Amino acid sequence: MVNLQPYASPSYFIIIGLCLLPIIVGLYHGKRFVAYETLFSLVFIVLTFGGDHWHQGVALIGYVLYQLLIVGGYARYRRRNNQTSVFVAAVVVAIVPLVVVKVTPAIQVGSQSLLGFLGISYLTFKAVQMVMELRDGTIKAFQPLPFLRFLLFFPTISSGPIDRYRRFEKDYRTAPERAKYLQLLNKAVFYLFLGFLYKFVLGYIFGKLLLPEVAHAALLQRAAFFHTGLSLPLLGYMYTYSMYLFFDFAGYSLFAVAISYLMGIETPMNFNRPFAAHNIKDFWNRWHMTLSFWFRDFIFMRFTFFLMKHKLVKNRVRISQCAYLVNFLIMGFWHGVTWFYIVYGLFHASAIIINDYWLRFKKRHQGLPHNRWTEGLAIFTTFNIVCFSFLIFSGFLNVLWFK
Amino acid sequence: MDTKQTIIAILQDITGADVSDDLDQNIFDSGLVDSMATVEMLLELQDQCGIDVPISEFDRNQWNTPNKIIEKVASMQ
Repeated sequence: MVNLQPYASPSYFIIIGLCLLPIIVGLYHGKRFVAYETLFSLVFIVLTFGGDHWHQGVALIGYVLYQLLIVGGYARYRRRNNQTSVFVAAVVVAIVPLVVVKVTPAIQVGSQSLLGFLGISYLTFKAVQMVMELRDGTIKAFQPLPFLRFLLFFPTISSGPIDRYRRFEKDYRTAPERAKYLQLLNKAVFYLFLGFLYKFVLGYIFGKLLLPEVAHAALLQRAAFFHTGLSLPLLGYMYTYSMYLFFDFAGYSLFAVAISYLMGIETPMNFNRPFAAHNIKDFWNRWHMTLSFWFRDFIFMRFTFFLMKHKLVKNRVRISQCAYLVNFLIMGFWHGVTWFYIVYGLFHASAIIINDYWLRFKKRHQGLPHNRWTEGLAIFTTFNIVCFSFLIFSGFLNVLWFK
Repeated sequence: MDTKQTIIAILQDITGADVSDDLDQNIFDSGLVDSMATVEMLLELQDQCGIDVPISEFDRNQWNTPNKIIEKVASMQ
């Protein structure tokens, strides 16, 4: 049986384009063919998780049934009761499969958990979000089918962007008006071509052509600078990898958003010119936005709210610092249980804490100069700090130092 | 104190800035209010205005100017 990885080859785009035609014609006439869309989504999920990936398909089915049970069960419970312990238990149980998948390779080196499949993180974000919103009462009724549709929305199933249930449901319940849909089509076509440029041209140049070259050159410099390996080629690796990471992931995200738009669903954007950020805080409002906003809303804000409400920590500066540490440490662990992902998290937590000190200093000293030179310096500094964090993230230092 | 005065006082308390001269400024874009300040504001709204806004109800686009906050709070009281 065939297997088709999302957005990986020209044939994928041709097949998806043809299968989308009835949906596009329908939406143009203000109709959403729910039955066809469901069938079409199922076919693409089978293509992604079938064939020689069948074991992932089995893991996916098991995972979905498991989450259906937890979220459905919690919704049922929440109608009458609202104990904090049950809420916490529901969240913990919902993330257990992801934790197992992330921890397994760290314990048994080189082995992957049988529970794993492409996109498990992104499905977990959606499921946990449901539990939290049920707790808040912003989602009142639990309906299995819309939940499944949200969880398994195939354009975003493998790597996001991470949508929100209520937003998604609202889009899905109606068909956009024609003028609006034409706008979406327009944008979708633009995003598709921009995505091709990003992922298949620029991502390819940086990732496939340049990266192996600079990696090789950097590895030859292991003895440089007192055997730390710090060398010009390593600097080259840092910038090349950063460009590759951005164009590859932003390209993918553009595809996911474009295909969603064609289906009349306004999946949120993931990137907003991240390298134009003038500080680290600004950077996280522009880079992998659906992830950082998810962390902001479901971890950072909830954690600070908890600390302040129960007056566990008095000083508000300390509170925000604790929350940044927790937030970015979890993000680090989420990327994977390796030293470099965890250091990447700690690095960003430290950077944003220092950033906050600076912002408070600026507030107290209103007379500081502000012009296009200081703005340029801010953008330049932020860019380099971010690229350095991506060098940590890349895992290349692990190869350079320990392999 | 009416809602408007209360909100202006809360924002002054949290951000240290007097927002009363421009009630339509975007408090998130200018960096005046961040996630941390948002949480403080939600807690103050709970204490001083008796309204309960869950974090998942808080959509930045609906709360991004002092006027929008005043309107929101008034509608919830």
